[in-house]
Amino acid sequence: MSGVNGAARSNQLSLDRDLVSPFTALQAMAESSRCLYCYEAACVTACPTAIDIPGFIRKIGTGNVKGAARTILDANIMGGTCARACPTEVLCEQACVRNKAEAEPVLIGRLQRYATDVLFKAGVQPFTRQAPTGKHVAVVGGGPAGLACAHRLALLGHEVTVFEARTKAGGLNEYGLAAYKMVDDFAQREVDFILSLGGITVKTGVALGRDVTLAQLRQDHDAVFLGLGLAGINTLGVAGEDLAGVADAVDVIAALRQRAAPPVALAGPLAGRRVVVIGGGNTAVDAAIQSLCAGAAEVTMAYRRGTAEMGATGHEQDLARTQGVVLRTWLAPREILGTGGAVSGIVLERMAMDAGRLVGTGETVTIPCDVVLKAVGQKLAPGGLDGLALAGGRIQVDETLATSLAGVYAGGDCIKSGEDLTVQSVADGKAAAFAIDVYLKA
Amino acid sequence: MADLRGTIAGIKSPNPFWLASAPPTDKEYNIVRAFKAGWGGVVWKTLGEDPPVVNVSSRYGALLDSNRTMIGFNNIELITDRPLEVNLREIAAVKKAWPDRAVVVSLMAVMTEEAWAGLARRVEPTGADGLELNFGCPHGMCERGMGSAIGQVPEMVEQVTRWVKNATRLPVIVKLTPNITNVLWSAEAAKRGGADAVSLINTINSIASVDLDAMAPTPTVGGKGTHGGYCGPAVKPIALNMVAEIARNPDTRGLPISGIGGIGTWRDAAEFLALGCGSVQVCTAAMTYGFRIVEDMIDGLSAWMDEKGYRTLADFQGRAVPNVVNWNDLNMNFVTKARIDKDLCIDCGRCHIACEDTSHQAIRILPGDGKRLFEVVDEECVGCNLCAHVCPVPDCITMHEQETGRPYLTWPEHPQNPARVQPPKAAE
Repeated sequence: MSGVNGAARSNQLSLDRDLVSPFTALQAMAESSRCLYCYEAACVTACPTAIDIPGFIRKIGTGNVKGAARTILDANIMGGTCARACPTEVLCEQACVRNKAEAEPVLIGRLQRYATDVLFKAGVQPFTRQAPTGKHVAVVGGGPAGLACAHRLALLGHEVTVFEARTKAGGLNEYGLAAYKMVDDFAQREVDFILSLGGITVKTGVALGRDVTLAQLRQDHDAVFLGLGLAGINTLGVAGEDLAGVADAVDVIAALRQRAAPPVALAGPLAGRRVVVIGGGNTAVDAAIQSLCAGAAEVTMAYRRGTAEMGATGHEQDLARTQGVVLRTWLAPREILGTGGAVSGIVLERMAMDAGRLVGTGETVTIPCDVVLKAVGQKLAPGGLDGLALAGGRIQVDETLATSLAGVYAGGDCIKSGEDLTVQSVADGKAAAFAIDVYLKA
Repeated sequence: MADLRGTIAGIKSPNPFWLASAPPTDKEYNIVRAFKAGWGGVVWKTLGEDPPVVNVSSRYGALLDSNRTMIGFNNIELITDRPLEVNLREIAAVKKAWPDRAVVVSLMAVMTEEAWAGLARRVEPTGADGLELNFGCPHGMCERGMGSAIGQVPEMVEQVTRWVKNATRLPVIVKLTPNITNVLWSAEAAKRGGADAVSLINTINSIASVDLDAMAPTPTVGGKGTHGGYCGPAVKPIALNMVAEIARNPDTRGLPISGIGGIGTWRDAAEFLALGCGSVQVCTAAMTYGFRIVEDMIDGLSAWMDEKGYRTLADFQGRAVPNVVNWNDLNMNFVTKARIDKDLCIDCGRCHIACEDTSHQAIRILPGDGKRLFEVVDEECVGCNLCAHVCPVPDCITMHEQETGRPYLTWPEHPQNPARVQPPKAAE
């Protein structure tokens, strides 16, 4: 059944093929020549990590490709992941002045991938650590924020221990991004590249609040950085959430990324099943498309507001549509129906805006389905945050990313710094490292 | 439809587009393909006395831009390496089959009358329309006392021209080398020798690039390289200047000119014609794209002439010559300023940084609505055009003449000129 459905889709994505094919050298050369080398370029301003984009593109054009990669990685050590996963259509490429000239930006993301791929393939470590400072920093969380922070601290001469709750470092790069954006085990190759600098020890399987306390970390280290991400999952709060076949989208994505058995809640693989994804963000889109990749018979995304309010960019929405996901808007979940303990459908209420408020209309729609994936946002996991001031459900930080506890800094999704994107987390981690460096040298 | 027929030194052709003496004109096969494509004439690749020369392997170097567009081209190939008899037979066959096209034959020989006159006499029976004397090749042949070794000595240019003119009734075009201090000296020498026309420029002495792995110039022949002849789009400005100098020089004014140097489009050709050329010769563009480029050269020139109301080439030939003057004849009171169209502007900032870093700090940035606003500071703008040249958007930055009410004033008349020879003229 799934095979028929799958074969009918053209340009069908798969879990192990690139969503966007990498540039050849010739394509990179041609595309680099389109860059106007703008003065105080808008693309740089639009990048949370402020990569010198005209600078690195010019280097590609002159044949100094490894130099281009160094320029990228010096600003953003996860430039390789960002080249694959960044929503460039709302960041650098949206700002490109070529949009005004000819409605087609320089394809910055693909050029960035080209340059970083060349460097990775060459196996070159372009950075050298400064002289040892004798200081030791604990980084909690081996995701983009934590690793970016650890890398910069190591560069500055500090020793770093990264504590990671899961079995692999990489965070959402490893467990959360869509498979077709991170083929060929790129997340781990990037982690290996970062660690090859030296000065960073990763301890996996160590969770804050379970295996180690913040107080202990503060006692044992000169400073602490928290890059915890958002490990807590929001629930729908409707009847039937305990039925077999109702699962958290992030768990399903993580299992697909790890080629592991589906989460218990899913009660079996996705192949042949009818899936409804609840949510409108990038996680919802990733879950929907990857469900199709995994052989789901049909996939519907249901979001309680309109497409304009979706967290997923227009580009991601279009990708979902072209892959065969049915996008349904103004529908909020009200009840998950079951037969024999397993999901048989979902009842949704049609929503509307009334005087600026989202309200139910009373009208309901029932979609028959076998699987409901919840992608309605993540939140800070409660454990291990003793003594930390929170703000808006996340860790409170000042402009230097210092928390309410002396010597403890935080960044990434666990603070509210911008979009919940890899690139923002890397920017936070780098900024926190500089702040910690100042703190340690004070 | 404009009439593109032209005559230069008595040689007629249906259009002014000739292929220059070069690899594309080495043999009948290529030239027939060129004529089928529509070329108006050819200058057959240079003939020499037997035995033929021997060429090396690896012959061309190139200067490419980032899109791999050929900007400049360089070669170390010598004259034809085929027996004289073979070339003469093919020339006769081509001329017979294509009587309406110009077939000019390029010659090169050592510095003796016997050699030059002998070659000229051998060509005459082929029915060729004229001869071109190759005084230009800056590589290889010059080391044997030929090519630019002759072209660089005006007395030798004059002498050889006279020898050939005395030996044949065919029109003689003298091809000039740019590898000299002043092209007028050799042009005037050619005229004194009786040349019916000059053609220029031959290639410029050059090293195309250095292979940084082999640490040798390109093209590299077994680890070594030599200077070669440079041509292609990059040499066009040099050629235009030399053509203009000959066209406006009192001693050579009126001497027919066949323009050569970086011509690849109808527009390039029109520029050479506007500076007085009667035909143009093309090589690099054909070697880059093939002979079919002549289709747009003919079509584009014709369409432009129709637009401008020029019926024949003569209607605009030489029209730009009177406007080529010495710097000392320029109007010091002319003032032009840049204007930036804020609607066309795409906010790249190139005009600002070019002016700020390297010129007159005359473009300031103001906060705009959704994009930066670039504004010319008139008090600082000297009208240099740099911003207009670096702007990626056509017509976004334009230059505008400012009304000053002041008279035409040249430097020799300028009050700030310490060597001023006459008082400024009063405005009329």
